[in-house]
Amino acid sequence: MAEFNPKDIIKPENLVYRKSKVLTDNVMHYCPGCGHGTAHRTLAEVIEEEELQSRTIGITPVGCSVLMYNYLDIDMQEAAHGRAPALATAVKRLMPDRFVFTYQGDGDLAAIGTAETIHTCNRGENILILFVNNGIYGMTGGQMAPTTLLGMKSSTSPYGRDAATMGSPVKMADLVALLPGTCYVTRQSVHTAAGVRKLKKALKKAVEYQNKNMGTCFIEVVSNCPSNWKMTPVAANKWMEENMFPAYPLGDIKVPAGE
Amino acid sequence: MEKELKLMKGNEAIAEAAIRYGADGYFGYPITPQSEILEYLMEADPEKSTGMVVLQAESEVAAINMVYGGAACGKKVMTSSSSPGISLKQEGITYIAGAELPCLIVNVVRGGPGLGTIQPAQSDYFQAVKGGGHGDYHLIVLAPASVQEMADFVGLGFDLAFKYRNPAMILSDGAIGQMMEKVELMPYQKRSEDLPSWATTGKPETRERNIITSLDLDPNAQEKFNQKLIQKYREIEEKETRYEEFQTEDADFIFVAYGTSARICQKAVQLAREEGIKVGLLRPVTLFPFPKRRLNQLADKVKVMMAVEMSAGQMVEDVMLSVNGKTKVCHYGRMGGMIPTPDEVVENLKQIIKGE
Ligand SMILES: Cc1ncc(C[n+]2csc(CCOP(=O)(O)OP(=O)(O)O)c2C)c(N)n1
Ligand code: SF4
Repeated sequence: MAEFNPKDIIKPENLVYRKSKVLTDNVMHYCPGCGHGTAHRTLAEVIEEEELQSRTIGITPVGCSVLMYNYLDIDMQEAAHGRAPALATAVKRLMPDRFVFTYQGDGDLAAIGTAETIHTCNRGENILILFVNNGIYGMTGGQMAPTTLLGMKSSTSPYGRDAATMGSPVKMADLVALLPGTCYVTRQSVHTAAGVRKLKKALKKAVEYQNKNMGTCFIEVVSNCPSNWKMTPVAANKWMEENMFPAYPLGDIKVPAGE
Repeated sequence: MEKELKLMKGNEAIAEAAIRYGADGYFGYPITPQSEILEYLMEADPEKSTGMVVLQAESEVAAINMVYGGAACGKKVMTSSSSPGISLKQEGITYIAGAELPCLIVNVVRGGPGLGTIQPAQSDYFQAVKGGGHGDYHLIVLAPASVQEMADFVGLGFDLAFKYRNPAMILSDGAIGQMMEKVELMPYQKRSEDLPSWATTGKPETRERNIITSLDLDPNAQEKFNQKLIQKYREIEEKETRYEEFQTEDADFIFVAYGTSARICQKAVQLAREEGIKVGLLRPVTLFPFPKRRLNQLADKVKVMMAVEMSAGQMVEDVMLSVNGKTKVCHYGRMGGMIPTPDEVVENLKQIIKGE
């Protein structure tokens, strides 16, 4: 019997999946099971498929994804904590034909950067805000975020988040959907293949709407943080489905009129 | 096109000069005594003529971060504010310095601390010249003493900022911002379409991706970067120090003053000389780089150097460092929005001379 040689099956006609050309070969620093890597990949695929690489300018946040520019082969700017939408505003105003997005965590977007988020959406800047909500501060080691669920323990809410003294989870997508400046607001996930497919569709819509200058697109990815939730990746995803999704229901919150 | 003569407020001159220079964008937030810059630009609506973007941000924090984003695209972008707003901008300014981006920041200084007063002051010298935000960095700081210089330093500030990939600041004050003078305006320049090679403009096939960041987690690399910055600041000190002298040739005493204080001191020099006191004036035009070497030379032949500032005494420390003990250095200042008169300055000099 002839020996099996993998080269025999590695042929273009057998290709079912490949890494996006918009992803670099750098090894990602994310923890096992973290949603950031999948969110990056999905975005990279959309940039490639929509042929946006040469006209994309991305703004990274301060948070676990601060080094996103190491992973996406596009021009990127690294903002100060919470300020990405302000940078993106100027970039888009000064270069209106570019595809401009911010990528932000919940501490970045919903705490320190709340003003920038709200006002960028209110001006209806023609950008995409990609918001990864994992209910916690990942990078700094698991402190409470504005999105931390009631009763959820973190290093700065060790007895569980108490609404009376710590406020309740902020639902940013619902908030920005109220503003006339946003044209598309949706909540998605990346922990299942079906979720990734839906996110990809949402991202492609955001590209289309930005091309048509329809206003701010706000896509929230309800995600996980296995390390700071102190769970295995599988348990984290189960916990996310059972606890995060009821508080942050997936699906479209606002779509352009006539869609 | 011909140069144009106009009677303008200092703040308006800055706005008009920005349009004429071919600035790409202005991002601001209202605060007295500089709101005329934003108002003038909104009214002029240059987006329709030159294509310059003008935007009222939700805060000074947002405005400076818009400048950061625009500067990262290689565009000529600027912001302006007054003291409390400039404090808010410090985070963005240090990121811009750390990312080595050019931009122009205007501070029309008012008295502080805190909300202070809306009257003119020079009490933000330390903040402007020594860094202001966190980390080892410097701005290029220009100190206009007339409405003409308000206009001229817009172009100079942008040119230096782009030459050195470093933020530049015009450190003015409420008096120069609000007063009206004749100003000769440069002809309208077309906005340049050329963007620097380092700018984030979208990555074509033909080059590596451009990344604008101030982050380096490797301490060795970060130290190398800090050393590179220091090298740049030394070069700026070497090549870009600007100052003006007035009657220093035979002077026994020298006033050191910038901006509004320099105008007052120029008059004080005349008054003192009428009384036979041989005094001159050195006016730093750049505050960073500071005219250290020239002050050190002058220290060889003068008895006293008197720093006159509308502050509790900030620039005087740089005069002392420049002179390094060679001659006596003293300070006269008014604060809280009070402006010294030339008589007051002369009187104070006489007291010092008496004490010698
Ligand atoms: C001005 C400022 N304050 C605080 C920090 C520290 N810091 C870094 S990341 C972060 C929170 C990140 O959390 P999140 O935005 O939820 O992103 P994640 O890491 O979870 O992806 C904080 C507080 C900082 N870098 N800058
Ligand atoms: S700390 Fe949390 S958010 Fe950060 S990489 Fe790890 S799992 Fe992901």
